[in-house]
Amino acid sequence: MKWENWVGLLGLALISVGHYQGLFVAPPEAMMGDVGRILYAHVPTAWVALVVYLVAFVAAVGSLGSGKRGWDALVESAVEVGVVLNLLLLFQGAVWAKPTWGVFWTWDPRLTTTAIMAVSFIGVLVLRAMLNRPAQRAVASAVYTIFAFVSVPVVYFSVKWWKTLHQPFSSPETVDSPMVTPLRVAAFGMLFLATFLIARRWRLAYAKLSREDEAPDLPPAAAAIRLEGGGA
Amino acid sequence: MIASRPGLVRQIVAVIHKDLLVEWRGQARLLAMGTYAVTLLLLFSFAVGPDTKTLQQHAAGYVWLALLSASTMTLTQSFRVETEAGALEALLMLPVDHRAIYFGKALANTALLVVLAFLVMPVAAILFDLSAAEGLYWLLPPIVLGAAGLAGPGTLYAALTARVAAQQLMLPLLLFPLIVPALVAAVKSTSLVLQGDPMGQMSSWLIVLASFDLIFWSLSGLLFAKVVEE
Repeated sequence: MKWENWVGLLGLALISVGHYQGLFVAPPEAMMGDVGRILYAHVPTAWVALVVYLVAFVAAVGSLGSGKRGWDALVESAVEVGVVLNLLLLFQGAVWAKPTWGVFWTWDPRLTTTAIMAVSFIGVLVLRAMLNRPAQRAVASAVYTIFAFVSVPVVYFSVKWWKTLHQPFSSPETVDSPMVTPLRVAAFGMLFLATFLIARRWRLAYAKLSREDEAPDLPPAAAAIRLEGGGA
Repeated sequence: MIASRPGLVRQIVAVIHKDLLVEWRGQARLLAMGTYAVTLLLLFSFAVGPDTKTLQQHAAGYVWLALLSASTMTLTQSFRVETEAGALEALLMLPVDHRAIYFGKALANTALLVVLAFLVMPVAAILFDLSAAEGLYWLLPPIVLGAAGLAGPGTLYAALTARVAAQQLMLPLLLFPLIVPALVAAVKSTSLVLQGDPMGQMSSWLIVLASFDLIFWSLSGLLFAKVVEE
């Protein structure tokens, strides 16, 4: 069995243990009661989504610097997994916000930034789908991934000035100790699961990119776009 | 290096001159964009309703949204003319620093947007019954810095999507999420000029805008060569 499958199984196991503890062992959250238990899913998703985007950013820098196919495949796989986690995060956030804040959506900086982050990185995927020449696609998606990543803190601070309402970041220091263990376990589970997904997706992307290089016979439509674009 | 190669600044000026000349020769385009932006202002009013107070309050937002929509047209244009007949390849073969091409084009696009803003602003003033509470000259910094905020990353993205068949769709899709901070700061600072600034927040928003410009102009200047060489 490939190494990432073991990592994925470990991730699933940790997530199960973390959520069992979170749902049945840890005390209910002081203010929000049982609703607060979504914390064990929401917070790890947020952490891991950011880590995965960081991986995408590093891969983009690597791809731009080296022009190697492996980095480009990592950009593709990390952005895709990041977008999935990001959308999951938005969904969980809306589910949590309704009973606690009374609304699905507020213009809180972190929420708004998360939404903008999602559309930015979805843009990378759309851009990749639209470009047919491998080298051009690699450069364009790397450049855009770098921009999307750099813009995250800029967006965050500008929206924060614009309006604010959100509890401070949850980290092991801000939550009570019986909640720390399930949170940590679930977070590592999520991290391993994401690693598994990225690795699997990377293999697929790499195989596809390699095949493209070996057989550059593009379908007629793509070839036409190539001609129209002036080649080079 | 060629000994007689002009300095970076002179190269940038040459590129600006070229771009603005192309734009000047096709004046109909600027007029079309101005009309488009004004039409959008009218549409915003229809969408919101004829309540003058509400329109007045949100005028800065409408103006910037109209400029933003129109900007995608200038930006796509600025590379459309280059990719037609392989002009960009010719430009890249000249002994011109690639950064000069980027900064020249970005500055020319900024200038066009500023001109567009000055075409749109008076119309907005009439439509929404606006008056500048803080002195009219205060409109200049938000407009120039805001236009630069759209044009800086916009020029790079236009180059990035120049060879995409669906550029008209891709450019806004990629650009709009990125320029949210610039939009927020430009609208806020313009609004402060129009509505008055009792808390003295103007300078903070201008600093946000200037920092945004600084970050994304430098990043774009750094990465532009990679994009066009490909």
